[in-house]
Amino acid sequence: MQHDPQPAGFWKRNQMKIAPYVFFAPGALMFSIYVLIPIVQSIWISFQDWDGLGPKTWIGLANYVELLDDDTFYVALKNNLLWLGLYLLAIPMGLAAALFLNQNVWGIRLYKSMFFFPFVISQVVVGLMFTWFYAPDFGLFSQMIKWLTGSEVAILADERYVTYGIIVAGLWPQTAYCMILYLTGLNNLNSEQIEAARMDNARGWRLLRHVILPQLAPATFIAMVVTVIGALRSFDLVSIMTAGGPYGSSQVLSYFMYEQALSEYGYRMGYGAAIAVVLFLIMMVFITLFIVRMIAQERNR
Amino acid sequence: MTLTKALTGLALSAFLMGSAAFAGEITINSDHSDPTPKKAMEELIADFQVKHPDITVKWNNFDHEGYKAAIRNFLTADPPDVAAWYAGNRMEPFVKAGLFEDVSDVWAANGLDDQLKSAASSMTIDGKKWGVPYTYYQWGIYYRKDLFEQNGITPPKNWAELLAACEKLNAAGIVPFAIGTKALWPTAGWFDYLDLRVNGYEFHMELTSGKVPYTDPRVKAVFEKWAELVKPGYFIANHAAIDWQDAIPQIVQGKAAMYLMGNFAVATMKDGGLSEDQIGFMQFPEITAGIPMSEDAPTDTFHIPAGAKNKEDAKTFLAYLASPEAQAKMNTTLGQLPVNNQAAKPTDTFLEAGFTMLSNAHALAQFYDRDAPAEMAKAGMEGFQEFMVKPDDLDRILERLEKTRAKVYK
Repeated sequence: MQHDPQPAGFWKRNQMKIAPYVFFAPGALMFSIYVLIPIVQSIWISFQDWDGLGPKTWIGLANYVELLDDDTFYVALKNNLLWLGLYLLAIPMGLAAALFLNQNVWGIRLYKSMFFFPFVISQVVVGLMFTWFYAPDFGLFSQMIKWLTGSEVAILADERYVTYGIIVAGLWPQTAYCMILYLTGLNNLNSEQIEAARMDNARGWRLLRHVILPQLAPATFIAMVVTVIGALRSFDLVSIMTAGGPYGSSQVLSYFMYEQALSEYGYRMGYGAAIAVVLFLIMMVFITLFIVRMIAQERNR
Repeated sequence: MTLTKALTGLALSAFLMGSAAFAGEITINSDHSDPTPKKAMEELIADFQVKHPDITVKWNNFDHEGYKAAIRNFLTADPPDVAAWYAGNRMEPFVKAGLFEDVSDVWAANGLDDQLKSAASSMTIDGKKWGVPYTYYQWGIYYRKDLFEQNGITPPKNWAELLAACEKLNAAGIVPFAIGTKALWPTAGWFDYLDLRVNGYEFHMELTSGKVPYTDPRVKAVFEKWAELVKPGYFIANHAAIDWQDAIPQIVQGKAAMYLMGNFAVATMKDGGLSEDQIGFMQFPEITAGIPMSEDAPTDTFHIPAGAKNKEDAKTFLAYLASPEAQAKMNTTLGQLPVNNQAAKPTDTFLEAGFTMLSNAHALAQFYDRDAPAEMAKAGMEGFQEFMVKPDDLDRILERLEKTRAKVYK
């Protein structure tokens, strides 16, 4: 006799449908405010001529045309590629350090933390330390070079070596970072697999190559992501160690952007934004690759 | 409940802050963060309060480097009544954007056109005065007196004598000139002086305001003189790796003999252990005979933002700042030179030398990175640094600078 009770309120009816969006909303809001909207704004500004104070003037692609004709841009691009290539050395170096430290001897925790130390200290401090290390006259490195070859080389004042010098400074903390990623990976190795491999007489290099490394793949992937992104946004070290010098030869895109848009000698917001957009596009290539891979992995599960 | 309370409090304080800007109070924003400038500023404000007890001064002191970014924000968002800045092209963007107030009336009412004459041209844009200068300092060659005496050198008066002195020092195993070009601007001191001496002030101003191409033979002539010092190795090696202070030890240790610098270098040399009678100061020697001597003298200034709430009292403050007494006292503390030519002469040996030199100067340049627009200055100084490392690449460097010039002065 009794009718079904009136369906409850709107919320009860659609709870299952709405709930995911409610959970999604805060994240989406933050992501929009701090990531998406600024990206759109940057792209918008890159089409303008703007000093940050006066009125904006729409100049279309003029900033990009100018960028293509700017020698500094190509220097920065070349240096970014160098960074990208050489920075990846942090991954094998980090792996080597992790394998070396992955043993049980007395005091290993202390050694591990000492290896990890460079990642804990600020990039600014790393930059200053290496600046003094390379400094002509009193720097340890130039003293060593002097002792070995008889003549001094001022790494940070020589356009041939300056970028390599900064990358070496950057590799120090980055190696430590990769090492930590691999150390955690090594903790989670499947010991049964390794035992089985040992029974099959696998040892040394072959054990590493065919049994350990595949298990470390997730760590390698993360190490790859942070290293590539770290290389592309290399800014602190360049800023501290050389400020892009000597005469712009250690320039990278992120510092170039800062210099054009925000430094004492800049305030060309449109031009800086155009550089930022180019850097963003380069990063997008890698980010897309990583995301595609991650989605593929999710599907395989 | 607590939230309401907090909000009420906030609204109340906002109301108080808003209404606090009544006549009789001025807000000053400045970047006197280092101990000495801070002391000079505190004294200035205290003395002003004694003289004008009806005006209360509220002073916001900013970090020196951070100020350059901060001023761009507060001029538009929350303008104070008085703001510190620099003369010449450095103030031009703010003047052109309508953010600084025309203070020609303060100049006229207080006879400043006469008293601040040496800095008048660098405070003028479009025929109006946009602020009041209160301090500057001289540039010149600081040298080791004792090393000069040991090698039988008298301070050179012209280019040939300078080259001869360099040769003597070099033969004695002393590098003639110390310099550190990592921060780029020390190179600009050299370019300024060579251009002022080879081509003169008027040409230098035409160049820095973009009217002459960098590929002009007259610009090239400047670099040819420079090359006469660079090519024989008369500057210390590896200068691109060090800052200007890092080159001071070479002077102190007697490895280098001369330093083209601002007067602030004297304090650093003394800190390094040199006594006053070991340091000498000389005007940059003559190059082209007959060209009147002009000098670099970067000037610090105060301005009234266009959005200031209490312009009347702000003008009273600027007038006080311009007075001979205020400038004399402030610059004694700062260890720099008063701009007002009625102010009491400084007693320090180097400042006195600078005061005489600047008073007799044909004209004062503000320094390359203040005379030229920021973007040109940056490219220019990078070019100077590259030239000092690779003097043979001059043509390529000048072509690059010309490209930048064409871009900057549209």
